Amino acid sequence: MEAQLRDPNTVMKLSKLGSFHQSKFSFLRSFLKEFKDWDFKRDLFDLDENGFGKAIYSFKKNRRTYSLVSFTNKITDTERSDRVIATKWDAAFALHDGIPSQKDIERLSENVPKQEAGRVTCKELSLARANKSVRIFDHVVDSLSQGKQPDKQLLSKVGYLYRTTAVYGSGKCGLADRFRIKDRKEICGPFRLEMMLVYLVRQFTFDQINHIAKLKNPNKAIKLDNDIARNLGIGNSTGLGLAPFIVNHPILLNNWIYCREKALKEIRSIEKIEAKDFNIFLDCLNRSKINIDSWLTESDYQKNKIKSLRSDLKKFNQYLENNCSVKIQHLWNKIYTWVESNLSNEGIEYIVSMIMEPYDNITDPLINKMSAQEEKYFTIPAHRKLKEVKKIIENNYKSLIKIDYEDKKNITNFWFLSKNKAEPRIANRYQEYGSELEQPLAIGRDVKQLYHRILEANQNDTVAEFLLYNDDLRHIVRRVFIVEQFPYSEIQDNIIGASLVPIDLLRLKLSFFGANKFDPKSDKWLRINMYQGAPLPHELKFSNDTWIYNSLV
Amino acid sequence: MKTLNEIDTTAKRASKAAGFSWGIAEEIGKSIESLELFGLPGVTNLNLYLKKIKKNHPEKLNKIEKENRLKNKELCPIYCGVTFLDKCRQLETLQSIKYYNVSYPLLILPFISKVSELLGKKILIEYNKSSFLLNFNKFIFSKNLDNQVDSLAKEMRIEFLENKDFFSEENWKELYKLSEETFVEESESSKTKGAGAGFIDNE
Repeated sequence: MEAQLRDPNTVMKLSKLGSFHQSKFSFLRSFLKEFKDWDFKRDLFDLDENGFGKAIYSFKKNRRTYSLVSFTNKITDTERSDRVIATKWDAAFALHDGIPSQKDIERLSENVPKQEAGRVTCKELSLARANKSVRIFDHVVDSLSQGKQPDKQLLSKVGYLYRTTAVYGSGKCGLADRFRIKDRKEICGPFRLEMMLVYLVRQFTFDQINHIAKLKNPNKAIKLDNDIARNLGIGNSTGLGLAPFIVNHPILLNNWIYCREKALKEIRSIEKIEAKDFNIFLDCLNRSKINIDSWLTESDYQKNKIKSLRSDLKKFNQYLENNCSVKIQHLWNKIYTWVESNLSNEGIEYIVSMIMEPYDNITDPLINKMSAQEEKYFTIPAHRKLKEVKKIIENNYKSLIKIDYEDKKNITNFWFLSKNKAEPRIANRYQEYGSELEQPLAIGRDVKQLYHRILEANQNDTVAEFLLYNDDLRHIVRRVFIVEQFPYSEIQDNIIGASLVPIDLLRLKLSFFGANKFDPKSDKWLRINMYQGAPLPHELKFSNDTWIYNSLV
Repeated sequence: MKTLNEIDTTAKRASKAAGFSWGIAEEIGKSIESLELFGLPGVTNLNLYLKKIKKNHPEKLNKIEKENRLKNKELCPIYCGVTFLDKCRQLETLQSIKYYNVSYPLLILPFISKVSELLGKKILIEYNKSSFLLNFNKFIFSKNLDNQVDSLAKEMRIEFLENKDFFSEENWKELYKLSEETFVEESESSKTKGAGAGFIDNE
């Protein structure tokens, strides 16, 4: 028996994508796996008694070095904002390619704290800023300086000392373009450099807090306990900026989803399951439940999702106890089939992530295929016939072309870039001005328009002939040829309709990052936690990839 | 230094703002990125061209023939380039194509360079006193590119070059002879034992 890939028309629905959880394919897990045998070093730590100053951390292997250069500054409480429009932050970071010279450090010190208003060079690979969780930060400093460990209950409510508010890469603000570094084997997975930056920032936050506590009370202060530190991650505030990224990078999106789907298909096709593999699955599943219990949010939307996940896992547990044994052939397929028929999307996708845990041999080769060479597919094969385009649309945009885009509720929203910092936003086209400057993200509406025009044209015409008179649809013609080759490249939902929940788009991307504890603050932005439970740098060499299920209380 | 990502994004957005569709603007973003990567002044030429057409959007040629012109108007290098790219398989049969009065002719280069890659043929472009040999979109060899900006090519000739050797047979033979010095003189024994199949093989 060979299982089939799941249908893109089902998988690519937003309700499904918005229920994805971290998995072995998550970028922060694959980053740590790749870099676990690199040498970690703190090269410079020059902070004053308030923790302000600069620090440098590096990962080194053979002749390659990546260095995090950190700058921390004093800001007032009123200046601290997680919005992209902020201009000051508690800390700013750059990931430098190699070992920075004194001249580099001076250059970076003048530019990195300014973020977008400054300028870095192609010697830098990623750029980020972060703000303190002031309440937690002050509590930890006070406790440590008094010779006490901080209150674990209080820490678990937030889960981090700092949260990043933007992490940039690939050509932004002068950073190296992807083409300069794309052949480096160690960073072939998506966002690997950004993941490295965030991981090093996490260690900086621990060192900084220990340093401040020590200088505050040199005789009494103690260091943050490693077990407590390990359970702290780095927070992240994420707004709508992530959403257009997913739509604008269809091949990348396809590769992320396809690799996950391919792994699921291969696992479901396994005839005889080894007992040790089944035990890994059970172990991860049991340990992961602590994460759900410590998942706090004030969002009703998320609370309902967590509730449904809890109820799903309860049902699943009963099913597991009564119906599953490794003696059953194609057990994974049996489990998946049951899950699909009996659980909600939250539960289904949770179990999908879990059944991948025992299978490094299946997931590892796929992880290396998650990047994309998008430029290879940019040119439109304009010699092809319209009848072929029509068929591709009918096969790949089934539900999107059924939507009535004349109906106001289906075109309520438009996506645009704000003049201030080119921030992506969404607005009601009937209430706000600017819809004439709409970004080309209304894929469903535009595909339907293309479909109608093709129906009216001569089906034997070439695309080249069609585009001569229809260049307003050129962007969508390009996508149609992409989806033909990359079936998971399109979100199968209308992302300009009134019922859109933008955070579903964000959650999709963040689940691939490996984020935990999604905490929506509105339907347009959320907070998450990264690296909670991750080994500390000195523990990396002996760490296990299932660290994500370490006690996340 | 601006990154290619910034050049692509800014050129795309500016082109949309100047009146091109999103799809064409995407092509422009990539084309300017490619010109700059080849070391040619793409940003400068695009900026000047967009300023020129912002209030008076250019017309399109709806058909490409052996000789192309718009009555009393200048041809748009972008539309000419995009259509050339889309129709390259048909145009290849014309071997040589002329455009008259092309605005900012440098801007057509990346599209034709892409055609060179798609068709696997070198292409020669000549206008004013400049000439460009486009090599499969891997590099562009330019001659007499005196001006960073040519605002008009009165006549532009595009020629598909047949795939042929650009060296003499004599040069090749000499080079090959030298390469033979890496070979080992064969013996009777190596002839029979050192090779895979036998001398006669009728299976």
